[in-house]
Amino acid sequence: MKRVDAIKRISEQLEDELVICNIGFPSRELYAVKDSLTHFYMLGSMGMASSIGLGLALAQERKVVALDGDGSLLMNLGSLVTIYNQDPKNFILILLDNECYGSTGSQCTYASTVDLSQIAEAVGFKNIFSFKVDLDLTEVLKAEGPIFVHVKVEPGNADVPVINMEPEKIKERFMENLK
Amino acid sequence: MDSSEAVFQGLKKAGIDFVVSLPCVNLGKIIEMVDCDEEITHVPVTREEEGFGICAGAYLGGKKTAILMQNSGLGNSVNVLASLYKLYQLPILMVMSHRGTEGEFMSAQIPMGKATPGVLDTLEIAYFLPKTPEDAYKALSEAWLLSKMGGSPVAMLLEIGFW
Repeated sequence: MKRVDAIKRISEQLEDELVICNIGFPSRELYAVKDSLTHFYMLGSMGMASSIGLGLALAQERKVVALDGDGSLLMNLGSLVTIYNQDPKNFILILLDNECYGSTGSQCTYASTVDLSQIAEAVGFKNIFSFKVDLDLTEVLKAEGPIFVHVKVEPGNADVPVINMEPEKIKERFMENLK
Repeated sequence: MDSSEAVFQGLKKAGIDFVVSLPCVNLGKIIEMVDCDEEITHVPVTREEEGFGICAGAYLGGKKTAILMQNSGLGNSVNVLASLYKLYQLPILMVMSHRGTEGEFMSAQIPMGKATPGVLDTLEIAYFLPKTPEDAYKALSEAWLLSKMGGSPVAMLLEIGFW
């Protein structure tokens, strides 16, 4: 499964969930396949997707989905520990794992030798889902958070344009929609 | 009002309702007070950078945010401050115990202590330097207002002499 196809499948199955999307091509791919007022696209701060998602989940009641990557999660592994301890029932962390730094030229990450769901399990996550082929989120969306969803995807980026929206605009429309 | 009480009451007066923290000996009492306050969501974090990420999300969700941290953690947070906070113009109150200042007993704290104001200047983050509990109490509300209006983090540098 290509990452862009995984992102497409995910976006088709979400309704009014709030989405924090990781920096680089994942945000560009999500923006290209489906834009929504419920999307917050990261343009910087690699590693922060799961943390921004956690803060948003703790701040309000709507369900939050953070789309993270293996390289990014490895940069902020402590986040899993904090998420587990804060125990947000409305938080789903989706790891799109292509075992490489996809936005910088597909250099390998250690996710090829270390199973990141096992780390989540060791930290204490109760609800862990893994997908390699059919990305059906029906059960995920019924489960109680915090949820860790591990999606193995192929390396490579879709040919999609950059996001033609100012950062402030991304923020403002997201917050406006939340009111 | 002692220094810790002044900072805590200042945060309350500023309307702060979401706080992430990393400890410093000087922040111990404030962290306890924040943790006991029912109106404040308190999230202890594993690293300052992570704390800034969490507060960014909480702000998007409608909270008024602050981080309690030692100045050493500023070094862990330069990128998130620049490419998340400055880029998206997000506010946060940074309450920083400023180690490595006059009276420091630990030589290891001095290099980062010296670098701290320069790092804030480079990031164009305004900071207050209250010298007394009363100053700090007043400055916190002003700092939050400035942060909110200016769409930028604002710091409160609390030197060793403050405590």
